[in-house]
Amino acid sequence: MTGASAAARSRLFGGRVGIEGATLVLFAGAIASYFLFPNHLALLTQFLVLMMFALSYDLLQGHGGIVSLGHAAFFGLGAYAAAILARTGYNDPLLGLAFAAVLSAVVALVLTPIIVRGNDFTRLLVTLGVASLVYEAANRMRGLTGGADGLPDFEIAPVLGLYKFDFEGRIAFIYAFMVFAMVYVFLWRVVTSPFGLALRGIRENTRRMPAIGSPVRRHLAVAYTLSGGIAGMAGAVLAQTSRFASLDMLGFERSAEIMMVATLGGSGHMAGVSFAALAFGWLKDVLSTASPKYWQLGLGIVLMLSVFVARGGIGGLLDHLRFRRSA
Amino acid sequence: MTPALSTQGISVHFGAFRAVDNVNLNVRPGARHALIGPNGAGKTALVHALTGSLSPTAGTIQVFGEEVSSRAEKDRVRRGLARTFQINQLFRGLSVLDNVVLAIMERDRKTAAFWRSVANDKRAHEAAREHLAFVNLTQHADREVRHLPYGSQRLLEIAIALATRPRILVLDEPAAGVPSGESHAIFERIHALPQDLTLLFIEHDMGLVFRFSDRISVLVAGQILIEGAPSEISSDERVKEIYLGRRAGHAA
Repeated sequence: MTGASAAARSRLFGGRVGIEGATLVLFAGAIASYFLFPNHLALLTQFLVLMMFALSYDLLQGHGGIVSLGHAAFFGLGAYAAAILARTGYNDPLLGLAFAAVLSAVVALVLTPIIVRGNDFTRLLVTLGVASLVYEAANRMRGLTGGADGLPDFEIAPVLGLYKFDFEGRIAFIYAFMVFAMVYVFLWRVVTSPFGLALRGIRENTRRMPAIGSPVRRHLAVAYTLSGGIAGMAGAVLAQTSRFASLDMLGFERSAEIMMVATLGGSGHMAGVSFAALAFGWLKDVLSTASPKYWQLGLGIVLMLSVFVARGGIGGLLDHLRFRRSA
Repeated sequence: MTPALSTQGISVHFGAFRAVDNVNLNVRPGARHALIGPNGAGKTALVHALTGSLSPTAGTIQVFGEEVSSRAEKDRVRRGLARTFQINQLFRGLSVLDNVVLAIMERDRKTAAFWRSVANDKRAHEAAREHLAFVNLTQHADREVRHLPYGSQRLLEIAIALATRPRILVLDEPAAGVPSGESHAIFERIHALPQDLTLLFIEHDMGLVFRFSDRISVLVAGQILIEGAPSEISSDERVKEIYLGRRAGHAA
């Protein structure tokens, strides 16, 4: 490996040792948490879901520089897809996962023409609008989605026909972890690929891209499709492991939340974004337990502080650690 | 001989304002063709129309005889028409090397691949390093562009355009904003480009224009005032009055 490509990768991940070390810690921590917190597996599973969802959105915002305030539409779509499929009797988890991924990806692809148009501000409005429509549609189609009551009461078959989802949530955690690991590796490949480089090109200078012969719209369509599909998988995992799908999985709050998490993580830094999702999920849980009424206030303060304390997000902090150590 | 680049009646109007007005331009293959004219003459608007980043109000454009008027900017690049920008349009958060690698990969249509690794593409990296060596940026290859000195950024502008392997290169004030000592270095690199690469360039420094061009078009108020060899242009009274005279007056 030449120094050049090492440095190129260092740019890519915002610090070679940083990202690889952080990724290692992330995975080791996830595995260790299974043994350390056997009574909190349901919560840990939710963290994994949040991390997957955050990573899917980071592909858009962090790497492509494309903002969206409606990404939960794909998350919710995946959740409902898995839930509805399971209720019709096709309750194999991997089948449901694949179905959710494909459906969300196709919907994302279909929506691209209206989303890639315009600039950041118009995109915020368009994605917000589309997500609201999806939400309202899900609300109205009670027969299919259960409306405001959500979709409870469905069974998920054992994973690979072998591992039955147990009451303690062990299999659910392991299943979510496996899907998370797959998503992480897949996205790592994507962001280090020629396509990933082109996405960062769009983020860094959209105007120059056509002048080097780049099909910008196609790149954005691919990014949206991949991102939507992965968001759908995250939703499916949540629905399958909690055996519930509901409107809030499609809601604006979830879309806004994931934008905060990606920003907090340091856009484009996969390990940073994962840790941010973890921190966000944990903080939300702690604060809402401590003060069911005012927890959002605490969350807001922490978020504001993070802007001043860690400008490059958690990913930036991780890199900073690396630089200090190597200096 | 088929011109490398040719336009018929190209106009760019912004409402009542005629930035470019009925321009017929022929650039022969291998030319060092300069486009000069006072500020606001419409030079950059013409370049935008040529390369497709702006839709002309009227007129047609051919690249080596092929009609490209209705082609998108990226498709003109793929037909060999590349450009640089008067104001740097670089990928500032990427390394210098990645800037060029990206252009190479787009040219080779490799960027659809999200399942391959950029780092493993040795050939693209070698080609990128050759382009960087040509513009003397080898030692900066791994630096982030935003930390690059301005003059080096101007050279990177050119390297990125070269990476698209153009047959015609349009240079919009390649030395804009660079101190005169360094602007010479930039033009020395342009001069070293292969003879079969057709160049159309905008430049304000008349010394550089007369030294490096073999053909000059003078654009005034959106129209071609005169086109000819440097000797014809330098002796033309209207040019002296409208353009050179005024510049000389400035300098005095």
